[in-house]
Amino acid sequence: MSLEPQELDELTSKIGRKPTSTELQIVAAEWSEHCSYKSSKKHLKMLPMKGPLVISEKGYDSGVLDVGDGYVITAHIESHNHPSAVEPYGGAATGVGGVIRDILSTGTRPIALFDGLRFGDIEKDLQARWLFKNAVTGIADYGNCLGIPTIGGEVEFDECYSNYALVDVAAIGFGKKKNLIKNHAKKGDLVVLLGGSTGRDGIGGSQFASDSLESENRSAVQIPDPFIEKLIIEAILEARNQNLIHAMKDLGGGGLSCAVSETADALSIGIEMDVNKVHTRESDMNPDEIMVSESQERMLIVTNNEKLKKLQEICKKFRIACSVIGHVTSDNMMHVKKGKKTCANLPTDVVANATLLDRPSKKPAYLENIEKEKKLKPILDYTKMMMKFIASPNIASKIWVYGQYDHEVGIRTTVKPGKDASVLRLDNGKFLAAKIDGNPKHCYVNPREGVIGCFEEACRNVVCTGAKPIGMLDHLQFGNPENPEIFWTFLESLKGITDFAKYFEIPCVGGKVSLYNETPSGPIKPTPIIGILGLIDKNPLYSKKIIAGDCLIIIGDTKNEMGGSEYFEYIHKFIGGKCPIVNFQESKTNMNLVLDVIGKDLLKTAHDCSKGGLAVAVSELCMTHEIGCNVSLEKVPGPKLDVDRVLFSESHSRYLLVLEKKNLKKLEELSKKSKVSYKMIGVFGGENIRFNKENKHVIDLRVDKAQKTWFNSLRELVHG
Amino acid sequence: MKVGVIVFPGSNCDRDMYHVLTDVFKLNAEYFWHEKGLPKNIDAVILPGGFSYGDRLRSGAIAAHSPIIKDVRKMAEKGIPILGVCNGFQILVEAGLLPGALLKNTSLNFMCKWTNLIVENNTTPFTNKLKLHQKIPIPIANGEGRYYVDDETLKKLKKKNQIVFRYSEVVNGSSDKIAGVCNEDGNVVGMMPHPERAAESEINPIDNKPSSLIFESLLNTIGVKN
Repeated sequence: MSLEPQELDELTSKIGRKPTSTELQIVAAEWSEHCSYKSSKKHLKMLPMKGPLVISEKGYDSGVLDVGDGYVITAHIESHNHPSAVEPYGGAATGVGGVIRDILSTGTRPIALFDGLRFGDIEKDLQARWLFKNAVTGIADYGNCLGIPTIGGEVEFDECYSNYALVDVAAIGFGKKKNLIKNHAKKGDLVVLLGGSTGRDGIGGSQFASDSLESENRSAVQIPDPFIEKLIIEAILEARNQNLIHAMKDLGGGGLSCAVSETADALSIGIEMDVNKVHTRESDMNPDEIMVSESQERMLIVTNNEKLKKLQEICKKFRIACSVIGHVTSDNMMHVKKGKKTCANLPTDVVANATLLDRPSKKPAYLENIEKEKKLKPILDYTKMMMKFIASPNIASKIWVYGQYDHEVGIRTTVKPGKDASVLRLDNGKFLAAKIDGNPKHCYVNPREGVIGCFEEACRNVVCTGAKPIGMLDHLQFGNPENPEIFWTFLESLKGITDFAKYFEIPCVGGKVSLYNETPSGPIKPTPIIGILGLIDKNPLYSKKIIAGDCLIIIGDTKNEMGGSEYFEYIHKFIGGKCPIVNFQESKTNMNLVLDVIGKDLLKTAHDCSKGGLAVAVSELCMTHEIGCNVSLEKVPGPKLDVDRVLFSESHSRYLLVLEKKNLKKLEELSKKSKVSYKMIGVFGGENIRFNKENKHVIDLRVDKAQKTWFNSLRELVHG
Repeated sequence: MKVGVIVFPGSNCDRDMYHVLTDVFKLNAEYFWHEKGLPKNIDAVILPGGFSYGDRLRSGAIAAHSPIIKDVRKMAEKGIPILGVCNGFQILVEAGLLPGALLKNTSLNFMCKWTNLIVENNTTPFTNKLKLHQKIPIPIANGEGRYYVDDETLKKLKKKNQIVFRYSEVVNGSSDKIAGVCNEDGNVVGMMPHPERAAESEINPIDNKPSSLIFESLLNTIGVKN
């Protein structure tokens, strides 16, 4: 928990003297990778962050989008990987808490949560199973208690996460544009710390998260208290309604050190504070501990003398503590005192702005031959294989997970979890669709094309509900950036995201970089996560019941793109091959067509074709709607391929559309006009899911049997 | 005509309930913070769901000792319609206004899912517009939703027609599949499922009419024309 030698020299020369112990702690927290983004910040500037709907304000921790009629949505994504790998319940729960406070700090009410969870191979690895089970309970207990619905996410298992966990949480807020907190402060304003008490939990959490995970540093893990968080949310929204808040910031990584220095730096002010005024959980905490503790459920608020009394009354009503810890000065210094004694006195711009690095990068050696395929063992019985596939942890239904999350509270969830994307109704009559997607298997095989695929997949998911993508969140998770090969994969991902975002004019409204995701057994696969927010002006596509005789259409070509597919990795245990590549123009045409036909109300349902390929996507439709389907594999558009490739290729830009026969002609006309690759490949009916070639059933599954396996296998795996 | 919606620290379905009462059913509703008293002109009281006091000790146990519960008790005695939903039901049980107890679900997990209720008593202020044995598609969302009563009390509940709703299937291990009960007088009703999450077509993918009838029953009872 200290600065690198050259950083210590730099600090000493910048302030012209030897730093005190408290100053060292403050700067070590703020200059950690976790807080300073020193490895990534230079490069993140390439992302497009502006757009007609984007509202930017200084000091915001979350993105803001104007959704019309005087309303805004806010969005942010965070991870809590290191803590969750040590203590999954508390780590995952406090991850939820942190991102919610980022939403709250703009003055908006948090209305939805998403979780992306990744663990080792739970089929073999008991530790992974324990991490998974407890992380899910941690998220459920926290989000449910707050009454913020967890409406979506993803769960994935891969050996690269053995003894580790990726817990990503995204949150969405909603509010009136006029109620946004316009961060400002002037000399003499008061600095107030509100919420939970400061204790010895999460000490040095941000530095802990800025190194490889080699020891189980439990004191660096924070302790969750959702009840206090709920009270803080209600108290702050009440204070906002009474205009009592001039500026606000959540206490997250780096605790008071970061909140105070970043607030001061963003607003070009100084802050003088006294650690004796901080309400603590233990009586003998020293200034260093108080400044870097990452105890949860705390907010820093700038207000003034007249408003303080009203703020205190609100806090009294909710029985939460509220301490005036300091005041605003005009000297741009962060002055930390203990009573009369100065513990730290540092220029805020020095603290808040670590020197940015330009790390070297090099294409990893493993990528040289990655696209070469090995000869695969032929599959003798695809039906049997398919049953195994449906039961596999990555393909199996995640109902065991989202069934533990209250996804109805708030009564906004019009399209529930378990579909392509969940949809929330907004107060202005519009709807918001959202989804997060990652695919480390694709990203490992090709970091650039892999992440573009995640981006497109998340877009496809919201498009399937009838929503137009309006904003993106990215969360870039990689190993140790000091390794040039890992840093190269980071840069490639970033470039991929930038290219797609620019082409589709989808601004990046928020994001996070998480590095040093490594254990002694090695780094994780590159794991960028993309979150997409989509807006629906009128009606979302509500799935209608599929009945016998309804037609199955596929949009988009199925190509020989098997690299990083579930089929290669789970069935053949082979990592390699050519990663699916998104053709931007084709992607746009297909997306627009699907939005157009949904708008014209031609469809019963639309479903994205992704993990597990066509075979899994069709089966999901059948299992969800409890009806069989006969699919002709010869009709699937694209180059001529072997049967396993047609079934399991994970080519992008593909959509499955279901419609009544009477609407077929209209769809055909529109498809021809927009020149998309399109075919009717099957008809629904019966009790079996059948994939046929040359009049033979390649796969023949009973829907009820498949559905039972698909719904129950994850629960059975966890509970044994 | 006024409906009071009680808010405890940690209530989180209060705003949903208020929205349904006011925006959907055009009732005059008002929030009451748990430390306040209830005015005399209240015509009905609703205790919404959530995690009052973070569910510490036992769900509903601390809230049952809130100052406002004294007034709720008085109103219950006066025969004013009182509905507790989810945590509100747990609070009414902890306060002794309704019989039984709510235990951890047999799955030991929090459960959020859609299920069906069967109306077993359509004479209460919240069910008088429903048909006996009518099916209500509705979501549950709880960790401690398993209703428990001993055999003797169960017999008594049956005899006095105090079972208001049953689940159509075994959901969480509740005694006799009970999902909602009332007091002997029938004016105090508690239920684990959330009618406020099922009364609008936009958020109810199956059928919102049966849940709407719970609110229309209240309108009927307190004499407001829809």
